Amino acid sequence: MATLISLDAWLKVWTYKSTFLLGFLTTLETALFAVLLSLCLGLIFGLMSTSGKTVLQGLARIYVEFIQNTPLLLQICFLYYAMSFSGHSIGIITSGIISIGVYHGAYMAEVIRAGIQSIPRGQFEAASSQGFNYLSTMYYIILPQSVKIILPPMVNQVVNLIKNTSCLYIIGGSDLISITYSFVTGANTGGAHGPAYLVSGILFFLICFPLSMLASTWENNLKRRERLTFKKNADPATEDA
Amino acid sequence: MIKLEHINKFFGDLHVLKDVNLHVKAGEKMVIVGPSGSGKSTTVRCMNYLEVPTSGKVIIDGEEMTARNHIKLVRRTTSMVFQQFNLYPHLDVMRNLTLAPVKLHGVPLKEAQEVAMHYLNVVGLADKAHVYPTTLSGGQQQRIAIARALCAKTKIILFDEPTSALDPETIQEVLDVMVKLAEESNITMVIVTHEMGFARQVADRIVFMEDGMIIEEGTPEHFFNHPDNERVQQFLGKILRH
Repeated sequence: MATLISLDAWLKVWTYKSTFLLGFLTTLETALFAVLLSLCLGLIFGLMSTSGKTVLQGLARIYVEFIQNTPLLLQICFLYYAMSFSGHSIGIITSGIISIGVYHGAYMAEVIRAGIQSIPRGQFEAASSQGFNYLSTMYYIILPQSVKIILPPMVNQVVNLIKNTSCLYIIGGSDLISITYSFVTGANTGGAHGPAYLVSGILFFLICFPLSMLASTWENNLKRRERLTFKKNADPATEDA
Repeated sequence: MIKLEHINKFFGDLHVLKDVNLHVKAGEKMVIVGPSGSGKSTTVRCMNYLEVPTSGKVIIDGEEMTARNHIKLVRRTTSMVFQQFNLYPHLDVMRNLTLAPVKLHGVPLKEAQEVAMHYLNVVGLADKAHVYPTTLSGGQQQRIAIARALCAKTKIILFDEPTSALDPETIQEVLDVMVKLAEESNITMVIVTHEMGFARQVADRIVFMEDGMIIEEGTPEHFFNHPDNERVQQFLGKILRH
């Protein structure tokens, strides 16, 4: 607690500001590529799990259940150390991107599956009766309708993903959390725990908070629009009565 | 045009279609009637692969429908009008009508829009081209759905209880469009309906189903005036009394 009001400690953090910034950029870089990977995987496995094909659905199920029911830390360690010790080292950042992307891909897949399944059956039937195949049905008819349902929980996943880049620490990463930890335990820089962790937290907050706000604003808008539509549809009935 | 040969359909243990045989000729207007749960809708839905028969053959336009060819065969030959309209709510009326022609049939957009305008005029809703379906009444949505079916220019249109979800005052406008279609086009129409007056007016042949079987078929005159089957007489007695 003492370090929080120690000018010395704050100055120390300020002196090393470029280190924090570098860690922050590493976190952002990892998060960006991991988000892209998780979106691709989420889309592929989300579509597979609604395809009605037993084999594809089974594969998607295995992926989702396996990933969601083991810790991310374990997956990162497994990927990094297993690869390293078998002589195929792929580097810390790449390991992080892949394992975090794969981990959140499983959650994205569930978000997309739920979004697709929220669309009434009649839409699929209308598309099928016109001769749309599965992918074109998704592309032209189902996904454009489910995107507003998918987006809010998807943004929440992005926020979780950004925070989970901290798992890079376990394999010796240079992301924001790892950098902060090295800073506060370092021989020359040690001791400034309070300010260091505060700065680190604020940097995370600056990225994650606007995203969370975006998600909840989206959700509220969606709900308001649904209420409006419902009211409009309900009006004639009230007149009847 | 459409041949059903020995169609059986099970939903789990439920035997909903029992050896159904039916031959719809080109240009014929066939109306299928019967009590709820008799398999009328399932029969029609077998004709465009929305239901896959457990056994038996569906032959459309001379070609047997299979898991492999059904998408292309359906695209080329049949359209469907649903009880719940099933318009695409994220697209305006014009794009509802042009989506399949442009994306599936390779029709140039401009031409597809002209065709769409033509059929919007046919159903009397040309002024609604650029509104979204949810702003329309049920009857209007169903007329749009009929226009959408027409835009594909298929030889067959299947109607699955097209007026059952409508408010009473909008049923007639939809029936009027269908009567016009039946009288002025040579499209093969298969219509599941409870509207007996309409059936009598447009049908070349009426098929009566009960308990998954076709138990009577014939011209409207035969069907309404001297049906052979006692069950049909009971059904008509109930339905025509009021």
